[in-house]
Amino acid sequence: MSAIAQFLGEEKSDRREFLRSALLGTAVAGAALGGFLPLAALAESRLRPPGAIVERDFLAACIKCGQCVQVCPVEAIVLADIDEGFGIGTPYIAAREQACDFSCDALQCILACPTGALSHKPSKPEEVRMGLARVDKPDACLARQGLGFKGQARGEDYEGVHRYAEVDRWKPIPVADHPYDLPLCDLCVRECPVKGAITLEPMSSDPNDKRRTPVIHPSCVGCGMCEMICPTEPAVLVIDARLGGSAPK
Amino acid sequence: MSRLLDSFAVMFGREPAKPTPAQQTDAAKALFQFKREPEQVKKRKQFIKEEKTHFKPGNRWRIRRWISIVLVNLLFVLSYQFDIQVVEGALTASRFVGFHMADLNSALQVMLAYKEVVINLVIGTSTVLIVWWLFGGRSFCSWVCPYHLLGELGEMLHLKLAARGWAKDHQLHRGTRTVLYVVFAALAVVTGYTVFETINPVGILSRAFTYGISLAVLWVAVLLAVEVFYSRRFWCRYMCPIGMTYGVVGAVSPVHVRYNAEACLHEGECRRVCMVPHVLSMTKFGWNEDVKQEIGADCTRCGMCVEVCPTGALKFDIKGLGKLL
Repeated sequence: MSAIAQFLGEEKSDRREFLRSALLGTAVAGAALGGFLPLAALAESRLRPPGAIVERDFLAACIKCGQCVQVCPVEAIVLADIDEGFGIGTPYIAAREQACDFSCDALQCILACPTGALSHKPSKPEEVRMGLARVDKPDACLARQGLGFKGQARGEDYEGVHRYAEVDRWKPIPVADHPYDLPLCDLCVRECPVKGAITLEPMSSDPNDKRRTPVIHPSCVGCGMCEMICPTEPAVLVIDARLGGSAPK
Repeated sequence: MSRLLDSFAVMFGREPAKPTPAQQTDAAKALFQFKREPEQVKKRKQFIKEEKTHFKPGNRWRIRRWISIVLVNLLFVLSYQFDIQVVEGALTASRFVGFHMADLNSALQVMLAYKEVVINLVIGTSTVLIVWWLFGGRSFCSWVCPYHLLGELGEMLHLKLAARGWAKDHQLHRGTRTVLYVVFAALAVVTGYTVFETINPVGILSRAFTYGISLAVLWVAVLLAVEVFYSRRFWCRYMCPIGMTYGVVGAVSPVHVRYNAEACLHEGECRRVCMVPHVLSMTKFGWNEDVKQEIGADCTRCGMCVEVCPTGALKFDIKGLGKLL
């Protein structure tokens, strides 16, 4: 009798252990799968570093090590947190805070990537297609109002840096240390690292009309420099991530 | 061979079993008979009684391991924060003075999800595979993994609470980890996302150290809370697929802990301190298949059993070098 009771007791504790294991195992797998929710809820993709492959593949291929973060001379690349689900630890660029201005010249982030999440196809900045600039708030644009700009582009407390070739070819300096005095604001064109990606075009045929409107051309790589340097608040120009990936044809 | 398969089966969740006489060598049987002689039993009891007065286990291996864990993780942080460039990246993937290294489990998840493998990842994975095969796979856990250190501290707290009756250890079935391993591998293949990385505490901690604190650290805190209040070494024992990947890699490693039944008094101190006590089943009286044998594949080479064994029946050993030394 006691042997049977002992056996049953044993069985009961075995069953409990099994239930506990199943419950906690499911909880862990469920927590991991919860990473899908932010993806489903996210309306638009992050702006990924140069060379990033198609977003879906990017999330799979990225090993979340941050080596691209480490090599970026302007520290434009930051890592996503757990609130981005499966995107945890993946690199992105918040262009308004710090754009990629190709200060490294040779696409260091691509060279640093160990898994091919940043494709080696682009070999120079002009071949990158990470995003595309768009005029988001045309009415706020100083050039469209024919206005100039004087002072620090983003105020004295702004921490972003940029490489000014005329100041130091090799070392990026704080934007706050480089005040401007422009009769007509052309910061987006002036600081664009890709020649001809953005231009200012006249708004009428009247030669005395000072007003100019920014026009974005297909050669735009989406580095975000225009969004970063735009002195209005919020920025006139924004970058839309190119969902199709950034490798050139 | 069958001993190796057994060791795998036990790592995957089977309860260790007492060997049948057919599995035991003649020397093991003879030793067992000898140890059962009344005079030997008396002697053993006397020995155990006496040893309590003069043997106090130290902390040598634990201190060495903690130094190793702190140093390795500190190198990652210093490499970035102070630009000394020794190991750049995080524990998921890095460059060690320029050479690619990739965590085997993270690399596996990426390969399964992305289904394409670039040469750099092959280089990184092979390098790490060779390194951890040499040291014995799961030594990654106890010598490098930052979560292991937190887990150890959590375990100390858990044992203190348990001693006062404020917490109780709820054991789980060790097969849970095997099931989860298959589930996470399947999820990576089917969804095309590295699902496990979302909750991988090793990646989360390593990135938090180097790149700054993140919200994800809260998840690690939840895991720790479960370990302290509900289930001793919950994550490392029953859940972590990384541990299993390395366990498989290091199963036939040259570095291992060696058991010598001749010296063993069968007190069971080793199993009490071990994170994976099923690997030490041969230390039970009459459970050894041979007089001297390696302990199982799930062993993390943490050295706690070596430290706590009063008779030196458990010792680190390097295959081939043992005879030379």
